[in-house]
Amino acid sequence: MTVYLVRRLIQALFVVLAMSVIVFVGVFAIGDPVEILISPDADQLERERAVAALGLDLPLWHQYLVFLGNALQGDLGRSFVFNEPALKLILQRMPATLELAFGAMFISILVGLPLGLYAGLRPNSPASKTIMAGSILGFSLPTFWVGLMLIMVFAVQLGWLPSTGRGETCSVLGFLGVQPCGAGLQWSFLTVDGLAHMAMPALNLALFKISLVIRLTRAGVRETMLMDYVKFARAKGLSPARVTFVHVFKNILIPVVTVVGLELGSTIAFSVVTESVFAWPGMGKLIIDSINVLDRPVIVAYLMIIVLMFITINLIVDLTYSMLDPRVRLETKGA
Amino acid sequence: MSQAVMNGAAPAAPRKDKVETPFRRFVSEFAESKVALGGLVVFTAIALVAIFASVIAPQNPYDLAQLDIMDGRMEPGTVGGAGFTYWLGTDDQGRDMLSGIMYGLRISLMVGAGSAFIACVVGASLGLLAAYAGKRTDTVIMRLVDLQLSFPSILVALMILAFLGKGIMNVVIALVIVEWAYYARTVRGTALVERRREYIEAAQCLALPTHRILFRHLLPNCLPPLIVVATMQVARAIALEATLSFLGLGVPITEPSLGLLIANGYEYMLSGKYWISFYPGIALLITIVSINLVGDQLRDVLNPRLKK
Repeated sequence: MTVYLVRRLIQALFVVLAMSVIVFVGVFAIGDPVEILISPDADQLERERAVAALGLDLPLWHQYLVFLGNALQGDLGRSFVFNEPALKLILQRMPATLELAFGAMFISILVGLPLGLYAGLRPNSPASKTIMAGSILGFSLPTFWVGLMLIMVFAVQLGWLPSTGRGETCSVLGFLGVQPCGAGLQWSFLTVDGLAHMAMPALNLALFKISLVIRLTRAGVRETMLMDYVKFARAKGLSPARVTFVHVFKNILIPVVTVVGLELGSTIAFSVVTESVFAWPGMGKLIIDSINVLDRPVIVAYLMIIVLMFITINLIVDLTYSMLDPRVRLETKGA
Repeated sequence: MSQAVMNGAAPAAPRKDKVETPFRRFVSEFAESKVALGGLVVFTAIALVAIFASVIAPQNPYDLAQLDIMDGRMEPGTVGGAGFTYWLGTDDQGRDMLSGIMYGLRISLMVGAGSAFIACVVGASLGLLAAYAGKRTDTVIMRLVDLQLSFPSILVALMILAFLGKGIMNVVIALVIVEWAYYARTVRGTALVERRREYIEAAQCLALPTHRILFRHLLPNCLPPLIVVATMQVARAIALEATLSFLGLGVPITEPSLGLLIANGYEYMLSGKYWISFYPGIALLITIVSINLVGDQLRDVLNPRLKK
């Protein structure tokens, strides 16, 4: 297990490094920040001074090393637009994105798992067919369009829920020592108004995941039900409930856990769309705005943070996976 | 459309004197699901509308001379100044939404299918190569695939568009980079099993050139899962393109795809002018659902594990 952990950690480190090169070189190719930053009226001397001050006259690899050195010290550059550290800007908006993503994950498991189990156990009942048709719809519906329709129905026509923003937030001071903006973290889900603001975006973000969980669970149940050990368990005279919840459920849990874990990352990434629709002030909205105005440090910082987040999530999922499924552990031992 | 119905329905009732070929069996199994058949018919119709948009559309939405700003934001069903009815209303520029959707479909389908096709060629080739060459080639390619699949598609696409900027070609490039890994993984998985079969050994004994073994012997036997993935990926590509365009990172405003049409209606949504966003969304939805229905049935028919 330790060997496995160390190997995965080293791998993860290399991926972070590789991604930092890709992101840095890619963003460097976007355009000349000199054109954006320095006023066109500036004379040649001023331009050169500014270029030197920003370190843009150095060769690319040197700039990269400077960037990497600063990044290791937690400095990912200053936003051109806000004139604030890019990292701080992103961390300020992170709680909003995280609570939205976790809300969506919670909804998707709560709804998806029971529906998928039912559809898998009774594949031919009309209810299952309805569930599956619904899941195809949830899979096919473009998230942003559903968001618009939700706003149209619940905010414009019925007027039940607010259409944009985070609403009243509740500040929780000093959460595990993490204080990204000096003050406490702002959470919407702790106030009624905040929850009302969160309901539509979270549901919107969850739609895709609900369908995914339903389909995964159903497919898993259907394939597992054909297995010999399930037949054997039945032949042994175990109660259907025990067969379902112990023999079948445990085995389908592995792919479902993996995917749900991996999906946390993609939920955070897809919140870009939901945040844009509902004007939810999270990281996703920030990155879209930054791309549109070519705010280079913020783009780089966002991508690096997201990459780090993903690699951490993948690592955790892999470790959980190896705990759930002994075969993964044995494989690495054999190799 | 009636043509498509006839094509699709005929194999459902095979005549007895016909010999059962694998293809006929496949067609009749596919036709068992009326829903999937319906999806195929609808998709064919949509594709025809997109192809012949310039012939059937009541207006050319790109031709500014045909637009009348006085007809802007009209409700569905009103008769415009030019004398014809705007069945789905008009947008803020006085563009007929129905025509806009037809032309938008064209761009959405072109980008979706085009990128899926290129990604399929690239991904399948690399997957085959990985499975056949093995060793280091396999490791390198599959590491790349793993690395990429560990990031969600929207993020990869966002990253690439942040690097490259807007534009149809850039969107296609982004979609290809997002999608190739799915094909590579699928093909490699099947090819790994297939390459140990006797017919590959026989081909190797005949000293056939490697490319011939890869593309004439190995590839055809890896096709079933590839077809399923390709179908699903077309739908995903269309949805992703729409999302990117909605976010303002996709196609340029001069050639709006469905996603951009929806984005244009966003600001009028809150004042109750729903149709500018609503109908393009419906068109997008129908397109994606019909493709997914076909793909779903294909998977059930082509998956040997479910045949017991």
